[in-house]
Amino acid sequence: MAHFELTTPVSEAQVRQLRVNDTVTLQSTLFGIRDATQIHLFDRGRKTRFDLNGHAVIHTAPNVRKVDKSITYPAGYEPICIGTTTSDRMERFTRPLMTQCGVRLIIGKGGLREASKDAFRELGGAYLAIVGGTAALETTWIEQIEDVDLDDLNPESLWKFRIRNFGPLLVAMDSHGGSLFSVVREDAQAKRTQVLADLGVKSA
Amino acid sequence: MIVEEAAKELYIRALKVLPPDIKAGFNQLVAGESGSTAKNILATMVTNIQVAEDTNNLLCQDTGLPIYNILIGSGVDVDGHALTQAIRKGCERATREHPLRSSVVHPLTRKNEHSSCGIEVPVIHIDFTDTPEMLSIIMVPKGSGSENNSFLKMAIPAEGVDAIKTFVIDCVLGAGGKPCPPTIVGVGLGGTSDLCVALAKRAATRALGTCCSDPDGAELEKQLSAAVNQLGIGPQGLGGDSTAFAVHIELAATHITMNPIAVNMQCHSARRARAIFTPEGVSYGF
Repeated sequence: MAHFELTTPVSEAQVRQLRVNDTVTLQSTLFGIRDATQIHLFDRGRKTRFDLNGHAVIHTAPNVRKVDKSITYPAGYEPICIGTTTSDRMERFTRPLMTQCGVRLIIGKGGLREASKDAFRELGGAYLAIVGGTAALETTWIEQIEDVDLDDLNPESLWKFRIRNFGPLLVAMDSHGGSLFSVVREDAQAKRTQVLADLGVKSA
Repeated sequence: MIVEEAAKELYIRALKVLPPDIKAGFNQLVAGESGSTAKNILATMVTNIQVAEDTNNLLCQDTGLPIYNILIGSGVDVDGHALTQAIRKGCERATREHPLRSSVVHPLTRKNEHSSCGIEVPVIHIDFTDTPEMLSIIMVPKGSGSENNSFLKMAIPAEGVDAIKTFVIDCVLGAGGKPCPPTIVGVGLGGTSDLCVALAKRAATRALGTCCSDPDGAELEKQLSAAVNQLGIGPQGLGGDSTAFAVHIELAATHITMNPIAVNMQCHSARRARAIFTPEGVSYGF
């Protein structure tokens, strides 16, 4: 269990060194994406002007205040509360995010499934688990909303955050076929029969 | 106007400060957790509760679907229509004035009015009590991570209580880390299908430490609460003893041919706020 300080964008080699149960703290830039963002990018053929190559994305849709553009608020948005949503709904977008946009790291909560695990292994990516529902804390790791694209989808726009000491995040899926979520799911499933028997359920 | 202000205030309060029973629930889980990753995750959740209070910020970015549960005491003379309109207005004002992320969209067009309001939303429930000269409003911002893990099974009488136990366990297994565990697993039993689902929501949003008013329901709550924490799903689905704070059951009579079971989950950020209106004024709590 090692700890890594990574500054985005990252290389394939940097991602390949990560193993499940390692921790990561990110610096520099983080992109926020959500259901609608990816539906529009990958199902409806819209393009973004952002270069996501080697970058990290987080499954989010923030609370923001619209303000005049300034040095402090270059995108015209003041961050209020930025947190992480359930990743599972966006499972099918992992591969296109990696193949079409070059994304290397996905930050989310609750985990992704087999197809994402395969994409991480084949293409060199990892899933970094954040603690869902701890957005007040997470917001303190975000310095600024630097830019925004596809803003007609607000709050599910494509957000560009400037971050500082974003983490620690837990490597929950790595590029070597490891997934903590699969392990926990399989273990829990294996306990099902005994748990039901203890509850007195017949022919569980 | 008083109700409109309160409806606004309640939404914002609920999003920022967790009720004491939930905080106590965290203490209990922390004390009983054996997994090291799980301990770290619970510690981060507890830290977040403090950070939200210290920075006057929202606990979670998910402002949820707004729910207002109104309880009207005896002898209270109220214009129901005006009351619901005031709540809607207050909900919208909280969203625009704080501001909050509006998480509410049309189900087909997915259009967001940026008001946290839409057709039939906020969800408003009205119930009655024999407590004199009192009206209370409980506001629950219901997050989607947990709400997406809602299930209904129209089991049959021959499947008995075993069907209930099996369904609850399988729902918790299927949900895994998605509902942001540790959760409160709300179970509705009996009624019609719609009542059953409403009971599950009532159970999921009930204060920790309370139990089902029906003794058989209360006994089943105890059994299921212990059982779900044997599964090892743990906080965030990353393993551990703390899968749920508790399983809560609410039940209603049902048809001789029916055995309906509904499950609705509440995430660890089990937010709610309450305003009580009496002739003396408004007081806020949980």
